[in-house]
Amino acid sequence: MTPTTLTENIQLTFTDEGFAAFLQTLNEPEWLTEIRKAAWARFKELPWPSNRDEEWMRTDIRLFHLEKFFIPSARGEVATGTPVLADGVDLVGSAASCDGVASGASQFDSAMAEKGVIFGTISELLGEHGELIRKHLFQVVDGLEDRFAALHQATWTSGVFLYVPRNVCVEKPIHTFSTMTDGGCDFSHTLIVLEEGAEATVLAESNNANDAVGLHCGAIEIVVGDRGNLRYVNLQDWSQKVWHFAHQKAVIGQDTNLQWTVGALGSRLAKVNQHVSLRGKRGTCQVNGVMFTENKQHLSYHTLQHHEKPDCTSDFLYKGALQDQSRTVWRGMIKVDVEAQQTDGYQRNDNLLLSSKARADSIPGLEIEADDVRCTHGSTSGRVDEELIFYAQCRGFTRKEAIRAIVTGFFQQVFDRVTIESVREALALAISRRVRDYE
Amino acid sequence: MSDVLKIVDLHVSIGDKEILRGVNLSMTEGETHALMGPNGSGKSTLGLAIMGHPNYKCTQGEILLNGENILELEPNERARAGIFMAFQRPVAIPGVKMADFLRHATTNVRNPDRKEGEDLIPMREFRKEIKANMEQLQMDSEFARRYVNDGFSGGEMKRAEILQLAMLQPKFAILDETDSGLDADAVRLASQSINEIGHNKMGLLIITHHDKLLEHNPPNFTHVILGGRIVETGGKELAEELHAQGYDRIRKQYPEAAKVNDESEAEAEAVV
Ligand SMILES: Nc1ncnc2c1ncn2[C@@H]1O[C@H](COP(=O)(O)OP(=O)(O)OP(=O)(O)O)[C@@H](O)[C@H]1O
Ligand SMILES: [Mg+2]
Repeated sequence: MTPTTLTENIQLTFTDEGFAAFLQTLNEPEWLTEIRKAAWARFKELPWPSNRDEEWMRTDIRLFHLEKFFIPSARGEVATGTPVLADGVDLVGSAASCDGVASGASQFDSAMAEKGVIFGTISELLGEHGELIRKHLFQVVDGLEDRFAALHQATWTSGVFLYVPRNVCVEKPIHTFSTMTDGGCDFSHTLIVLEEGAEATVLAESNNANDAVGLHCGAIEIVVGDRGNLRYVNLQDWSQKVWHFAHQKAVIGQDTNLQWTVGALGSRLAKVNQHVSLRGKRGTCQVNGVMFTENKQHLSYHTLQHHEKPDCTSDFLYKGALQDQSRTVWRGMIKVDVEAQQTDGYQRNDNLLLSSKARADSIPGLEIEADDVRCTHGSTSGRVDEELIFYAQCRGFTRKEAIRAIVTGFFQQVFDRVTIESVREALALAISRRVRDYE
Repeated sequence: MSDVLKIVDLHVSIGDKEILRGVNLSMTEGETHALMGPNGSGKSTLGLAIMGHPNYKCTQGEILLNGENILELEPNERARAGIFMAFQRPVAIPGVKMADFLRHATTNVRNPDRKEGEDLIPMREFRKEIKANMEQLQMDSEFARRYVNDGFSGGEMKRAEILQLAMLQPKFAILDETDSGLDADAVRLASQSINEIGHNKMGLLIITHHDKLLEHNPPNFTHVILGGRIVETGGKELAEELHAQGYDRIRKQYPEAAKVNDESEAEAEAVV
């Protein structure tokens, strides 16, 4: 099989002509082309979201112009980002991409491959595992849901696929990294499928050069079969000139465990939908979210924990610290279907305002149809307590050191839940580096 | 030459309310001073003003350390200059481990010129030291891994303050009711520890309503504060008198200060 590569140095616009030319470069099976074409048609008929849409009321994208970008393709130059999650970690596999094009072949432990584990970029794997990919691709996220979802489904590149067969445990983590050049696009797609009783850990991260302009329009699809166990980490640390739009969804089965850690540090503006469907009895899902914003960043995260079956537990904790004039929007929803009795649902969002100009909006919500459930939600938002700063100063901390310690401590509750040391350390370091003085 | 901490005609306001109305007090290294007075008389205010709490505005007077006015110094600069206060009500810092907090604190106080980001004192050395101090205070080693004052019992909090005193080894220490909220055994242990750590070494300003702490750390001087002013200074027999007989004599003898004290107490209650 010849790997499918994109033509270099030709910039395809997001137009009918550009899209048609893009399809030409792909050499994909018919079913996949159809998926892309349906999404392109949908993309054309939908308007951009506006402040009249509930989810976009607080998130203004009028300055976003798709015309300034080109359909993801290798642009002749390669950016080298700086991955941090895999530092000192013994990995079983890794994949990297730049501008939505794989940079080099993905790596994967052959012993794992022998056990039937599949890992690599989707384009690499389509030839050999086309039917398997077809069975799952765009089955979890709704690629026609809104204009960004449709845009992604039509023009995504550089997907990674992880498949772990029944009862196979991939003990060491898998690492994926995406970066972009200045002016580039990353439309990466992640598809993770764990069959019954399978286990894996995936560390995914994205970043690019400090001042680089860019666009990420992505999707993550996760399926965890009965008794499966997945730890998924997603660290978004794009430059503060990147637009970031993403739909991320997991569907988990009976007696499963999903631990999903989210680091939301980068981007100019981010709008992310994170959705977990608990689709089997006794599934448990823990989400650990860490947000840190500064300057004029605007991060909007919308979570949905959907209990479809009885006896499941979901526990979403997002903590944010906001510096300068930055802004976060967190909108959480616990949805409990009528048959999902004995649901234990928890959601919480705490924010620490490091400047009088920062603003955090928390909108927790419940939609409960079952009558025997326990669902709790809450949110807090406040400034760093001056009494704590004073106390630490009395012990010799400078004001800045005191604030840094207090802010890092504020996040510790989330870090304490994260079971992967390299992730805890990378997040703590990223945050303590960002904390400046308190205005 | 011995270090001297001297407070001259200190006036302190919170908002526009004057709390301290001309306090004079001079302490030399190695001396123990008891500061006594009824609730609301201004004892904690004096301590917090010495440390430089931002809400406590010094409107008149000076605080001199070895002749130099420290009023313009940040609280951390005062700490690095060798002044310490054990808080009456320490605050919790969730997520910050006691050991990490103290290692950073100890490093800064021992190296007053340290710049942010420079190395902390070596872990091994620090561990050894904190362990020895914790053993002396009969603190479980688990304690160092807990978050600063977070969920501590009253007694644990006070012990943690003494641990910090032991680690930071200041020249002058204000101990604000470090014996309150402790059971009888714990008071004895705290009193003995303070004696070992600082008595006759540091300059101690002991604020207390009880007698045990002073029994183990007999004061060279006792100051009585009432209505934001030190109205009387004596030896350790003055502390003994107040413990035995309360403040009736003082109130009668200084009716004007007593009136100020009662008024501000009443006001504080009205606010509550
Ligand atoms: N933050 C504050 N705002 C307003 N008034 C205050 C504040 N802190 C203290 N005060 C007032 O200042 C006065 C002195 O209080 P301070 O805490 O110094 O008393 P104290 O002598 O330490 O009393 P206690 O023995 O009860 O600890 C009181 O009237 C109190 O109400
Ligand atoms: Mg007091």
